[in-house]
Amino acid sequence: MSLLTHVNYFAVVLLMVAGLYIVFSSGNLVRRMIGLALFQTSTGLFYISLAKVAGGTAPIRVEPDSETARELSSRVDPGYAAQYAIDGVVYSNPLPHVLILTAIVVGVATLAVGLAIAARVREAYGTLDAGEIADADRKAGRGPVP
Amino acid sequence: MISFETLYAAPPDLLRHAPVLLVAGPLIGACAAALAPSSRWAWMISVGATIFALWMALGVIGEVARKGVLDYYLGGFAPPAGIAFRIDGLGATMALLIAFMGAAVSLYSGHSLRAEVRHEKQTLFQSGFLLCQAGMLGLVSTGDAFNAFVFLEISSIGTYALVALGSRRDRRALPAAFTYLVMGTIGATFFVIGVGFLYAATGTLNMEDLALRLTPLSESRVVQAGFAFIFVGLGLKAAMFPLHGWLPGAYTFAPTAIAAFLSATATKAAIYLMARFAFTVFESDDAFVQGFLFWALAPLAAVAAIVCSLQAAFEKDVRRILAFSSVAQAGYILLGLAVGTVLGVSAGLLHLLAHALMKGALFMAVGAATLAVNARTLTDFAGAGRDAPWTMAAFTMAAASLMGMPLTLGFLSKWRLIEAALAQNQVWIVAVIAVSSLLALVYVSRMFEAVFLRAPAQGAPRVKEAPVGVLVPLLILAGLSIWLGIDASLPEALADAGARALFGVSP
Amino acid sequence: MNSGELLIGLALIIPLFTAAVVYAVGRMPDVRETLTMVGAVFLAIITISLTIWTAQGNPPSLVVARPLQGLELAFRLEPLGALFALMASVLWGVNSMFSIGYMRGRREANQTRFYVCFALAMFGVMGVAMAANLFTLFVFYEVLTFSTYPLVAHKGDEPSRRAGRIYLGILVGASVTLFLPGIIAVQVLAGETTFVPGGLLSGKVEGVGASLLLALLIFGSAKAALMPLHGWLPAAMVAPTPVSALLHAVAVVKAGVFVILKMSAYIFGDELIGSLPAAQWLLWLAAATIVIASLVALTKDNLKARLAWSTVSQLAYVTSAALLPASAGLAAGGLHMIAHAVGKITLFMCAGAIYVAAGADKVSQMHGLGRRMPVVFFCFLIGALSVIGLPPLAGFWSKFLLISASFGSNEWITAAAMVVSSIFGLFYLAPVAIRGLLSPDSDGQPIHFIRPGGAPGIVVLSLVITAAACVALFFLADEIVDFLKPLAGAVQ
Repeated sequence: MSLLTHVNYFAVVLLMVAGLYIVFSSGNLVRRMIGLALFQTSTGLFYISLAKVAGGTAPIRVEPDSETARELSSRVDPGYAAQYAIDGVVYSNPLPHVLILTAIVVGVATLAVGLAIAARVREAYGTLDAGEIADADRKAGRGPVP
Repeated sequence: MISFETLYAAPPDLLRHAPVLLVAGPLIGACAAALAPSSRWAWMISVGATIFALWMALGVIGEVARKGVLDYYLGGFAPPAGIAFRIDGLGATMALLIAFMGAAVSLYSGHSLRAEVRHEKQTLFQSGFLLCQAGMLGLVSTGDAFNAFVFLEISSIGTYALVALGSRRDRRALPAAFTYLVMGTIGATFFVIGVGFLYAATGTLNMEDLALRLTPLSESRVVQAGFAFIFVGLGLKAAMFPLHGWLPGAYTFAPTAIAAFLSATATKAAIYLMARFAFTVFESDDAFVQGFLFWALAPLAAVAAIVCSLQAAFEKDVRRILAFSSVAQAGYILLGLAVGTVLGVSAGLLHLLAHALMKGALFMAVGAATLAVNARTLTDFAGAGRDAPWTMAAFTMAAASLMGMPLTLGFLSKWRLIEAALAQNQVWIVAVIAVSSLLALVYVSRMFEAVFLRAPAQGAPRVKEAPVGVLVPLLILAGLSIWLGIDASLPEALADAGARALFGVSP
Repeated sequence: MNSGELLIGLALIIPLFTAAVVYAVGRMPDVRETLTMVGAVFLAIITISLTIWTAQGNPPSLVVARPLQGLELAFRLEPLGALFALMASVLWGVNSMFSIGYMRGRREANQTRFYVCFALAMFGVMGVAMAANLFTLFVFYEVLTFSTYPLVAHKGDEPSRRAGRIYLGILVGASVTLFLPGIIAVQVLAGETTFVPGGLLSGKVEGVGASLLLALLIFGSAKAALMPLHGWLPAAMVAPTPVSALLHAVAVVKAGVFVILKMSAYIFGDELIGSLPAAQWLLWLAAATIVIASLVALTKDNLKARLAWSTVSQLAYVTSAALLPASAGLAAGGLHMIAHAVGKITLFMCAGAIYVAAGADKVSQMHGLGRRMPVVFFCFLIGALSVIGLPPLAGFWSKFLLISASFGSNEWITAAAMVVSSIFGLFYLAPVAIRGLLSPDSDGQPIHFIRPGGAPGIVVLSLVITAAACVALFFLADEIVDFLKPLAGAVQ
């Protein structure tokens, strides 16, 4: 429980906050999308960090009693291995990886739709700046989008 | 009382797979519609797929009434390895609502799109619409917290694109859709983070397992933080005050078919998920959940019910009036949940159903009246009562339900809400509902005044009566608000079944 | 469906059907008005049958729908409701005669809408009168409010629209924020809202909660115009006189006090009312309303405004009757409801006749006018004396019974307020007729009729009928009190 063992979580929080900050501070729609992508990706890191089991290897099945298996099991404490190991090998949890694969797909789709809308905004308004868009609507005699 | 066991039974082979067909129907329809040769074909595919989904939803609800809970493992793989659908009374009720509104909106969209969406985009519109419906149906059927996120996003991504399609009429649809996308994505991501916290604490994503493993962990900070993330994320999706900023723009500028569909289902699906987490995944009598209901949900819902009604009362744009009213009415539903008893949740769900019917009908009526001219403000609607009598008759019926006129479903749901609050001695909730109802009276009567009493300005474009294809689904929806206001046994049975499923109480 | 159910169904359907038919034939004034009259006569026949059934101890009942579990849209006659329905439907007929003369004489616009809304208002009244529970009653109470709004705002100009907003604002505001929560509280406490002889809540509530509930329900029924929720009634006087006559002397305001009487008898019951401190305070408030409204009436020069304030005062008599801890108060209240209705509708019709004939709406313009229209002013005198409570007129018995009931239950303040307000009444009502009949023209100028020939014959006929009814009711008072006995008996 030290700063070092949690360094990935700190990175996640940093990326997350940075992403959110970009979304809310930037007036440019494309930059907002970048912030959003950063924000979404940071959750991917978060899940991957969760999946890591101390002393575990990548969740790819290792032949039992093979050399690799013996080497891997020698790295961890036998008591610990008895609790968590499968055929003597401790694996990291594969499920979050799978989940994040899905989440990445969702993120990409969102990014695509967002950028497409941004492109249409530029066609319609000739600008990507949220402030200028609001001004254009106001000049047209119609209130801006709230 | 009508028991919904008698509602429908499909052939057994079909019925066994109804939970997945419910979602797969619109999903396949979405792909087919995207490939359709013409917008007419796409529309027919959409109508077919939504009616199929409605059929399956009826089958599911019949099965749920017979068996209690439906478990369905995709491909036969049991969880944790496989993906499981789990539909109980609440899920089935929501599925029926979404399928029904989908069918109505899909019928309606046949004519409305011609006026509102560019011709070459109409096939894609139907595709997006079916995608959106499939996502929501999946959301209410799944038993897995992470899949809920995936389905939530499937429906949302469809929605963002659909809102942006309103740009043919008004380019402000584009920035509105963009704002919606940003806020919606942030909400969904918050939800995922929250689910990650719960996963870290329990090692499972299945909602039923989560419920079991969380019971001893309710004091854990990780769990509580996870719950907070989930609540904020879903609050954004449900446009809960004060996270509702994206909603008025999105509903105002979206094509009216989408405004009708979203107001009836999208925020409701998020509220469904919120209820699912607050009452099933967490224990409803947990001190932590109780505190959340009393100190967070109830005050926010109360403020929404009053402040947003007030905003609606001062708006000039008819669709914005309806949009703000939606946020306020969502406040009623959440107030019902915040009462925290079976009676309260059932009342909230009844209002959810009532609001879906009336708001769907209202947006459709506004859309139907504006097919010929792009009327937006109250002034544009002056004299509409004479120019479009059938449309405005439907509008009147739905608006009467919105303001809680006796003999409408909206009145009965408010009655139940007040009854539930009084049963828990929460007199302040009664006061909030009463004040908010008065404000509803104000904004509804402003619309009535414009539609029926005011004479149109000289030379202004006149609203026209809608074609029959639009009037039929519109009048069905509006008529239901009245019909169910005289005999509400069906929605009451649905809402009761939903509430009992949440609390795990047998009838 | 047995014949009792059929009668209830007809009493509801006839006004609705009349509204529909009148709307359909709106282009043909003669047919339209004939149909209104036919509808009124049929309705009167039905309500007479209903009253007879009730008097024979065989009250009809009908359940229409069950919207939710524990909620019923149901009707059941009892003496007070039967009497209210009878009174309203008979006076609807008389008033329709008057309306025909008045509306044509004044050449008012939108006459079809007027007759349609009138019929819809009668639908509301029938529902209120026959309701078997508070839920049903509330539904029709709102029907009555919304159907009379277009009548109040009939002229469509800014003052009448403002009056319409005040009207809706106070009536709907009170019913949504006070009445409805009160009704739902009854539902929560008792599990139902049915009117039960002896009091539904008897033994189920006590203390502060019950007092609060009583206040919620009494103020919620704002149609009874108990101060401080009386503002809508004077505002509603912008409406055409037939509206003021039937609705704001008979149907709407009487629906308000009817609801209060009914809640007192069947929801709270004698014992509970007698034990609640809130009942005492509300009695004092009613007494204050009686006196203050009479005082305000004294200062009004506009005849309709004066009559409206007099109505506010008289309604508080009935509210007092409902709150008295003695069962005799209820029957007296019921009798006063009828007596005042007949007297006040006479007064309003006279005011309308004067307005149609001479265009005068201020008391100061009416000096000497009685010599041109002696019948109208004589009828006004009869109505005025009845409202004041002098024999041999209807108002005498009801006031007599009310005041003696107040004395009987040691409510000296209420009794005193009633006596004082009757004396005020002598000053603000009687002089209108007496000066009209006796004093010379106000400014020496002969008075012109703005309508050649004065008030239309049909207008005069209708007000003569109601004036005669004022006298007849004096002799029928005993029968009415007897008829209302079950109401008081139920309480004991």
